[in-house]
Amino acid sequence: MQTLIAFWNILKKDIENYYLKPPNISWGIIFPLSWTLMQLIRSPGNIGIVELLPGLMSMSVLFGTTSMLAVTITFERKGRSFDRLLLAPISISTLVFAKILGAVLFGIVNAFVPVVFAAFFINLSGVNWGITVIAVILIAITSALLGLLIAISAKEVFEAQTFSNFFRFPMLFLCGLFVPIAKLPVILKPISFLLPLTYGTDILNGVITGNSIFGTIFNIFIMLVFAALLFYLCQRNIKEKWIL
Amino acid sequence: MGIVNVTNLKKVYGEFQAVNEISFSIEQGEVFGFLGPNGAGKTSTINMMIGLSKPTGGHIMIDGIDAIKDIKQVQKIIGIIPDENNLYDEMNGFNNLCFCASLYGIPKKEREKRAMELLEQFNLTKAGKRPFKAYSKGMKRKLTIAAGIIHNPKILFLDEPTTGIDVESARQIRELILDLKKQGKTIFITTHYIEEAERICDRIAFIVNGKIVKIGTLTESMENVEGEHKIKLQLNSSIKDMKEELENSFVNCRVEIPDENSCLIISKERVALFPILQLLDNKGISVYEAKAIKPSLEDVFVKVTGIEASKLKKEKEKAGK
Ligand SMILES: Nc1ncnc2c1ncn2[C@@H]1O[C@H](COP(=O)(O)OP(=O)(O)OP(=O)(O)O)[C@@H](O)[C@H]1O
Ligand SMILES: [Mg+2]
Repeated sequence: MQTLIAFWNILKKDIENYYLKPPNISWGIIFPLSWTLMQLIRSPGNIGIVELLPGLMSMSVLFGTTSMLAVTITFERKGRSFDRLLLAPISISTLVFAKILGAVLFGIVNAFVPVVFAAFFINLSGVNWGITVIAVILIAITSALLGLLIAISAKEVFEAQTFSNFFRFPMLFLCGLFVPIAKLPVILKPISFLLPLTYGTDILNGVITGNSIFGTIFNIFIMLVFAALLFYLCQRNIKEKWIL
Repeated sequence: MGIVNVTNLKKVYGEFQAVNEISFSIEQGEVFGFLGPNGAGKTSTINMMIGLSKPTGGHIMIDGIDAIKDIKQVQKIIGIIPDENNLYDEMNGFNNLCFCASLYGIPKKEREKRAMELLEQFNLTKAGKRPFKAYSKGMKRKLTIAAGIIHNPKILFLDEPTTGIDVESARQIRELILDLKKQGKTIFITTHYIEEAERICDRIAFIVNGKIVKIGTLTESMENVEGEHKIKLQLNSSIKDMKEELENSFVNCRVEIPDENSCLIISKERVALFPILQLLDNKGISVYEAKAIKPSLEDVFVKVTGIEASKLKKEKEKAGK
């Protein structure tokens, strides 16, 4: 019960102080929105939209979570208020979970911005929304954990910003968001398969366009493995790097 | 065995030994002070005790719990006031307090009640609605202290609670600390203000370069620093020419004449005053006053650390800016 109170209040504070602040809402919504519009203008014709949608959703989640978490945590670390969380009588995993959940929810909301817009142009009634939501949640969780991992390595807010861009821009191209992995140069392909986003996007491709590399169950399983691994790494690195 | 027991605690950063095998214990209900200059290892010691830093060696027991193995258990009963005011800038005072209370699992109604009480106690009721970043330094310090005690901890760690704030706020904070002591809290405080240590601590450890050089109650620390007793006599006239005669008559004493109308009788053992007074009286000299001169904590500090007290003052002024 006590852990639950702490957990909920950490989450609530982050949502109120960061995720619902106007600059972040606009960043989370306008960026995917303008990208969506840009792609729509570039490729008129309704077939294009369906093919773009999975990539746009993945991108919205990735951009909504990774840097948000990396920046807010680095910010709290610099102001030392993060020490309060480390000094609270809650386990590090509760803390990690509370911290990423805000970013995960934010990412999920972002993912559906392009969906809402696409719905004006195309018929999405054939999509399996259950699996879509699962895929979005998994992408959000792995992206948020990646953001946390970046935050643990960064000392300054600009470092966190730079590191997260260093990871996510290549991911846009390596994870099959806009360029199918089959079309990537052979040397880059192994890297693609080491990134969780590849599998998440593959699920979305499967349910929305019907073209996927792997089966949904396999993809979900791989995403879960990545999530568990990243969660473990975050916890271990916090104990090693933040409790000196 | 005290409520806090630290043995051979050690912290090494790379090659640098910040805390060098220190041991001490704190009794329940006591105010225990760490007095030392910048970089002595005070914050490093606190951080190891509260779980923000891993000791390189040694043991810490807090209220019967091994603080190195089971820090989360310890964190439930301790309150921490860090050296920096680290509340959330954007949140107002009231919400800051409520948030800190929630980290300890205190239910909403109760934490709101506590927060109101504390704001009132700290004279911050009006400021409670303003964001933390709009507070003055003294107000920030007070709210940080309030946040550290909102969950009613048994043991309190205060890292330089009054550094860098004005005299009046510092005085209020010292009063608050003494109030907390009256409520039965055990308090560990670090400071580089000698007067602060003198005013609020029951026992003091002098820490320099990561080592405790002296530890004890105020009276113990003050007693016999120089290993001698000093009595100052106020006289009606100078006794400059009688110095030798006095020293010859009372072989265990040394006589010093600091100014025209007084003299110091210095001895290893206590001496009876009557013969001295009688001798002076026979020479027609009246003694108006006789006073034992005790060393100040400042003298003790200079003696045991070899650091000039004035240097410590300069440091604290720098810190205040
Ligand atoms: N993370 C760290 N890495 C390396 N050295 C450190 C670290 N933290 C502290 N030190 C060094 O350890 C020594 C003790 O520092 P500490 O902060 O404990 O001193 P202090 O007594 O609290 O001083 P102050 O009065 O300035 O607060 C200092 O020389 C400091 O430079
Ligand atoms: Mg310090």
